[in-house]
Formats: sequence, structure tokens, C-alpha cells
Amino acid sequence: MRTAFRPLTRRGLLTGTLGSAALVATGGALAGCGTPGAQQTEAGCASEDLSATEKKLAFSNWPQYMDVDEDNNSKRPSLDGFVSKTGIQVTYTEDVNDNNEFFGKVQNQLAACQATGRDVMVLTDWMAARMIRLGWIQRLDKSKLPNVEANLLPSLRNRPFDVDNHLAVPWQSGLAGLAYNGRVTGELRTVDELLTRPDLKGKVTALTEMRDTMGLLLMSNGHNPADFTSNQFDDALNKLKKAVASGQIRRFTGNDYAPDLAKGDIAACIGWSGDIIQLGFEDDQIKFVVPESGATLWSDNMLVPNRATHKGNAEELINYYYEPAVAAQLAAYVNYICPVQGAQAEMEKIDPELAENPLIFPDEAMLSKARVFMALDEQQEREYETKFQQVIGA
Amino acid sequence: MSALAHVPTGSGQSASPPPAARPGRHRFLPYLLLLPGAAWLFLFFALPLLQLAAASLYDPNGTLSTGYALTWAFGNYPTALQQYWPQFTRSFLYAGIALVLALLMGYPLAYAIAQKAGRWKNLLLVCVVAPMFTSFLVRTLAWKTILSDNGWLVGLLRDVHLLGPDGRLLATPIAVVLGLTYNFLPFLVLPLYASLERLDYRLLEAASDLYASPLKTFRRVTLPLSMPGLIAGTLLFFIPATGDYINAELLGTPNEYMIGNVIDSAFLVRLDYPQGAALSFLLMSAILAVVFVYLRRAGTEEVL
Repeated sequence: MRTAFRPLTRRGLLTGTLGSAALVATGGALAGCGTPGAQQTEAGCASEDLSATEKKLAFSNWPQYMDVDEDNNSKRPSLDGFVSKTGIQVTYTEDVNDNNEFFGKVQNQLAACQATGRDVMVLTDWMAARMIRLGWIQRLDKSKLPNVEANLLPSLRNRPFDVDNHLAVPWQSGLAGLAYNGRVTGELRTVDELLTRPDLKGKVTALTEMRDTMGLLLMSNGHNPADFTSNQFDDALNKLKKAVASGQIRRFTGNDYAPDLAKGDIAACIGWSGDIIQLGFEDDQIKFVVPESGATLWSDNMLVPNRATHKGNAEELINYYYEPAVAAQLAAYVNYICPVQGAQAEMEKIDPELAENPLIFPDEAMLSKARVFMALDEQQEREYETKFQQVIGA
Repeated sequence: MSALAHVPTGSGQSASPPPAARPGRHRFLPYLLLLPGAAWLFLFFALPLLQLAAASLYDPNGTLSTGYALTWAFGNYPTALQQYWPQFTRSFLYAGIALVLALLMGYPLAYAIAQKAGRWKNLLLVCVVAPMFTSFLVRTLAWKTILSDNGWLVGLLRDVHLLGPDGRLLATPIAVVLGLTYNFLPFLVLPLYASLERLDYRLLEAASDLYASPLKTFRRVTLPLSMPGLIAGTLLFFIPATGDYINAELLGTPNEYMIGNVIDSAFLVRLDYPQGAALSFLLMSAILAVVFVYLRRAGTEEVL
């Protein structure tokens, strides 16, 4: 009996495992035939609104995108104000670190018309546009948003991906433009200077966000990023390619250009207004420039995803943040462009210096130079993104 | 593993049960013991791998909104390779150079700790492992500060004219290879240390009694005896280093991007799932091929 027993050996086990894995693999691959489409309709994926009975709300936002109390970091004055005013308990989660990563996080649920457990989430224009295109976002009831109707900045109305203003409401906005460190280099005024000036060689970074970098390049060629052709895009991309090949551009970054600019490892870059204001508080030689040809204007938008069960509460929150006093309270902390008209007057009471800052309350001249990037369909998005990624190295 | 192989016979000789009468009772024991691990591997390794394999054969013209059909599009593979072969070769090149550098540093280090450190042995081992207590990202970011254009290191190299006045380390291939070498060095040192620690000093004495020069002693005694650790260490170093994308992203420029960066962007930015999956499989098979050739040449049963 005992001799008939074959002990389990390493080799035997490996062969067995590999063999069965291969078998399962072929079987499984044959069985699983592709993935279904992610297209949904907002009507088909609406859930019953429980706001009347459940006074709660789940809110997903980016880190450091909400005012906190100076003495107690766990207190958020504007949000606490909302809770005490309405009695709606808000579960506030800072779980949006990156649009693409967040998309990966909620993609499977939303594609299958399932709940994400979130009632409001804050995403950048182009990601909002993609989700709207996929039918993943719920329509807001404008009658419940009187403050938004009254106070939203005109340049942020009727944006290409939400022409009727009922799907996405800006949380904060900002500009992508040029920035430089005055300790390392002289004044900078145009995108062409950034891409060709010899003293900047190897000390320039640009953004990995295709729309921000390419928007600036399109404008530097005299084209409109809100409405351009494939050829115009290619022209702008060639310009970028030359700057990469010549070694002028050192690398492409997300937010991480900020410490490099402060240290002087990079002299100038394409960057975001909010980051540069914050660096400017510590070092007045770090400056933001709206290029003569124009800057791109982006927003992070409050969106209500499909299957959210507290849409009414979400609308109350959105409306609350469009009260000028609340908007000023928030803007005084986060330092991005405040999308709310009337907040500037309220800011005078909080901090007159910030009220004068054109990167928080831009004047007409500045806004007239700012453009929102065109809404792309999925084929265009992939085509442009692939071309852009090839130039930036991935 | 060899311990497992002895389980049936070994337990049969233990005090209580009569082994010869009911061998069937223990026959499935090794499989039972394997079950949790196997189930884990199946759920979190085999199934995702399968899904990835299927994704690599999806119709490349599929979109997110309409979905992807499995069309057995084997063309995804040559297309991916054709578009991204520079990043592929670069990955293997950088990981290879980093491996050589790590061996030059790691072998003497492991040898010194194992054989010469005496009572400092544990402290030195802690020094090798301690950086791993902080996150991989933080360690790589620290290198950004060390290699900074305005840092002391670059200043020093400029002063001694190893770097030109405008020369830099950050955002060059040197920085990426340095980062790879640093980040994966402990994976090489620890298995090597384990092998070298067991090295019997008397064998070295015997070699020198037989008139072997120190070099010959190393070649004929120390090196062969440390082979298992060396092989395990090089594999543990080379495999993650080839697929790494953090070092290239933080310390390099687009011109230093490795295949990991491309796969990352295919999945997260470009949303080209078929290509991302195809590239992942290409990377896996390339690494497997390198590893098999290497193990064949090294001729060992210890690792596989």
C-alpha cells in the first residue's frame, strides 16, 4: 500500500498546476467573451431619492479642497455651517487624488448601473465630460439651485460638455498658464519663449494633463482650443515634440512640479494658478503669467452620479456653496478661482488682499483670454491622448 | 517544499496512528495544506491573469461605451511591440545595468555582514532593511532632493569637473538607474546574506591549505556555495526592476520612460485596454524567457 503512494513533489506539483492552469485558461477565455459596453442612460439608472427621510449625504472630494479650522484641523467651518443649517449629515471623504485613478475606482459600478455609495463627487471638466457622455451623471433640478442660477460666473456657463448647465456645477476653477522662478530666470511672457529660450534649456516642465498643455500650445499658434481641427492639433503637437527632442522640456508633471520650481531645479513651467499662488505666499519671486496668447480655464465640478440616493440633499449642498459668503469662506482657504459672483465683495470682509488677487477673482481682461478645452468624443479623446502620450514618452 | 514532500511518510512514523493500515487518511493532507494558498492564488492571481489574457485579445477598435468584443485579435501584440519596443529594450537595459551595479555593491556587503561583521551583524542587517520601513515613493522622492540641480552632490561633481557647468543628474538615465539600484538592493542582499552566512569558514581554510589563491578560493568555493542566494537575489532584483515605473517617472524624463510607464498610461490615461494587456503579457513572457535561460545556465534546482 505504502509503496503505491506517490509523494507530492515540487516538480509534480508545478507540472500539475501549470497543466491545470493552461486548461482553465483556454476554457475561461473561450467562455468570457469580451466586456459589455459602459454606456448607460441617466434616466435608466436613477434611484429613488431618499432625501426627504434620510438626512445624509456622501461627498467625495480632492484633498485640501475644503476650508479647515486654523486651530482644529478636523473641523471644516463651511461644511459644518451646512450641517447646522440643514441638519443633513455629510460624510466627507477625500478620496479623489487623480481623475484617471478615480475613474478606475468607480468605473465598474457605474458601467453596470450600480451604486457607488456617493451622492456628490468632484471631477475635472474632461472627466466630467466623459462621464456625462457615458450617461453616468444625474440631471440636477434647476429650481432647487437658485444661487447657482444667479451667481455662477458667466464664462463658466454653457460649457461645451454641459450646454444647458444642469449636469455639472463648478466647485473651484483655475487657469493653466506659465510660471517661473524669478531667482533663476528673467521674466517670461509667451509659450514660445518657454519652448525656445536658450537659458531655460533643460529647466522647463509641462503638464501631463493633455488639455492644459495642448490648450496653451494651440493658443500660441493662434488657434482656439474650444474649437480646433485635427491638423491644428498636430501642428501644436509638433511644436511640443521639437521642444522635447531639443531637451528644452525636462519632463512632464502632475502637481509635483511645485517643489521643483520652488527649489529652482526647474526655472519655468506650465503650471496651475492655485499651486503658484500658494508658492507665491512663501516666495514672492515665484510668479504666474497668463501668456499673451491666452490660458486654459478648467473647473472641478460637483456631479451627482447614477444611483445616488440623496440627490435632493446634494442639490441643497450645491446651492449652499453658491451663497457668496460661503464661497468667500472657501476661497479664502483654497485659493483657486472662485466661480461665484458676489464672493469678491464678501472676501473684502475676510481678507481684502485676497479680494484683490486676480488669480482668485480674475478681472474681465484675464477671463477674456481664458478658454475651456473642446469636448471630445471617445474616438477623438483616444486619438489625441495617444498622440500626446507618445510625445511625452508613454 | 522538501519538508512538505516528507509529510506523509514522516507523520506515518509518528507515535499514535497505525500508518500502514490507513494510508488514505494522510494521502490528501499535503493537498489540504495547500488549499488556502492555492485558492488565494487562483482567485487573485490566476483569474486576473486570465482576464488580462482575454483583454489582450479584445478588438482594438472597441470603446468604453460600446464595450470590447473578444475577437482573438492577436495583432494587438505585434502592434504594441512595434510602437513601444524602445521602452521595452530600455527597461531591460536599465534593469540590467542596475543589477550589475547592485551586484558589485551587494555581494561584498552581504559577504562582510555574513562573515566579518561579528557582533555588528544584526545592526548592519537592520541598516539594510530599515529603509524599507518607509514607503517606496518617499525613498524615491528623497533621491530627488539628493540629486537636485542645486544640491551639494551636483555642486561637488561640477567643482571637480565630472559634470559640466550646466550638467545635471536628475532627469537623466543615470538618476533612473541609480534609483533602481538603490530601491531593489535589499532584495539582492538578503538572500545573498542568507547563503553566505551558512558558508563554512573551514572550507576556505582547506582551500588555502591546498594552495588556492584567495581569488581561486572565491571562484571555486565561495561563489559556488553562494549560488542559491545569488540566483534568488538576482531574480528578486531583476524582475521588479524591469517592470518598475516609479523611478523613471520621478527621476527621469519622457526619454527615460520604461515599459511600466507605458502600461500605466495605456490602462489609466489612454484607456487602451487591449494594448495595455498585450504589453503586460509581452513583459511577462520576456521576463519569464530571461529567467528560464538564466536558470538553465545557472543549473539549479534550488529556485524552481
